[in-house]
Amino acid sequence: MTLALPFDESPRERPSTVSEVVASARLVIEHALPAQWVEGEISNFKTYPSGHWYFSLKDPATQLRCVMFRSDARRVPALPSQGMKVYARGELSISKRGELELIVRQLLATTEGGFYAIALERARAALEKDGLLAAERKRPLPAFPAVVGVVTSPEGAVWHDIVAVIGRRWPAVELVLIGARVQGDGAPEDLMRALALADRLPRLDVLIVGRGGGSREDLWAFNDERVARAVAASRAPTIAAVGHETDVTLTELVADVRAATPSAAAEKAVPDRADLARRLAVTGNGLAAAVARRLELAEERVSHAATRLGGSVDRRLAATLERLRRHGTRMGAACDRRLAARTADVARLGASLDALSPLKVVGRGYSVARDAGGRVLRRVADFPAGREFRLRVTDGEVPARAEERT
Amino acid sequence: MSAERTKKSLEDDLNRLDAIVRALETEDVDLDRALALFEEGVERLRTARERLSEAGLRLRQLREAADGELKLDDLDRAGRRPTDD
Repeated sequence: MTLALPFDESPRERPSTVSEVVASARLVIEHALPAQWVEGEISNFKTYPSGHWYFSLKDPATQLRCVMFRSDARRVPALPSQGMKVYARGELSISKRGELELIVRQLLATTEGGFYAIALERARAALEKDGLLAAERKRPLPAFPAVVGVVTSPEGAVWHDIVAVIGRRWPAVELVLIGARVQGDGAPEDLMRALALADRLPRLDVLIVGRGGGSREDLWAFNDERVARAVAASRAPTIAAVGHETDVTLTELVADVRAATPSAAAEKAVPDRADLARRLAVTGNGLAAAVARRLELAEERVSHAATRLGGSVDRRLAATLERLRRHGTRMGAACDRRLAARTADVARLGASLDALSPLKVVGRGYSVARDAGGRVLRRVADFPAGREFRLRVTDGEVPARAEERT
Repeated sequence: MSAERTKKSLEDDLNRLDAIVRALETEDVDLDRALALFEEGVERLRTARERLSEAGLRLRQLREAADGELKLDDLDRAGRRPTDD
């Protein structure tokens, strides 16, 4: 069978296959053109389940197909939108389909703040929509935590600072480090893993999440919406400490309490032993002053009763009342001196409180009159003539009887 | 130890002390009751001060073992597990 060809010559060389031509064009382009920055507008942006991004870069005249592989795309903090102006850095190549393409390694927005600003605003809006930024959500921190968790890098200075501050202020706690990478690839995932782990602790009273200072890129994991949501979901109240000067991260916005530095976070997490010692001293003073006033009042009442009873009172009772008045006054003066002398000295407070013990007051001659039923007798009317009663003194009771009034 | 116990009882002691002082200052409690409250207050102050001086910072590191169980390793102050070496 003969085939009629339109040309009488057949190729002198063996023809290349399409794949061969594309492959050699690819080799030429890849070798001839170095990696470069390209400016353009995003168009036809698509993500694939593999995590790769496909889009075009356009200018008014033409367009260039682009691919950004998963390992590079994951470092871009937000998905670009249609028409967004970007700088893309990458290498030119020819795709398997034979099309010219730019393999993008780095993508930056041309506007101030770039992708970071876009990503941050989107995540913030999503958190706000779910009510996670509301002030009413903020939980108070416990006054006396027993277990304090710290999600941070085991290598950084953060853990060291927190151990130092808590060791000084309130050493009666268990401090639990939950290590996580706080920057770089995979930091958000690692932070989320650590937060989930912390939530499984049988007891956790407060959780500090933080890192030291750094650039915006270094702090970026703390702006990850997933990390912020994990912090918001913590069963224990949270303190966020992300050291930086200007930006507030999303993690700090959702945390119950925000601290400027890890040391400040530690100070907020536990009470100060010295503060509490001062509070105890004040309470002790209040206690002493209140009971002293109470004794003075009682003494006044008794002495008033004594005046009204006049000479008709049993001499033994009169003598008791006189002793009580003397010692009561003395005790009041001693108490005043002590109150004035003591301020924040806890050790001395103990000694002076012992001196004010009611047992010692009774020991100085204070006594109480009761009827046969044990009821305390306070008023003249409680002592009708001939009434028998019992006087309680420091080492026991004395039987007594009210005499006829003249 | 009892970071847990310290917490609970310190909180109790402080609250009770505040209540005692308030009662002594404002309520018309009789003298016997006032003296009993004072005695209790002195005792509570003593135990609160003792608890305040308790030390025992315990450092641990939480991790998840291969079998998914939580593990708490003790750490020394330098952040090392004492068993590391």
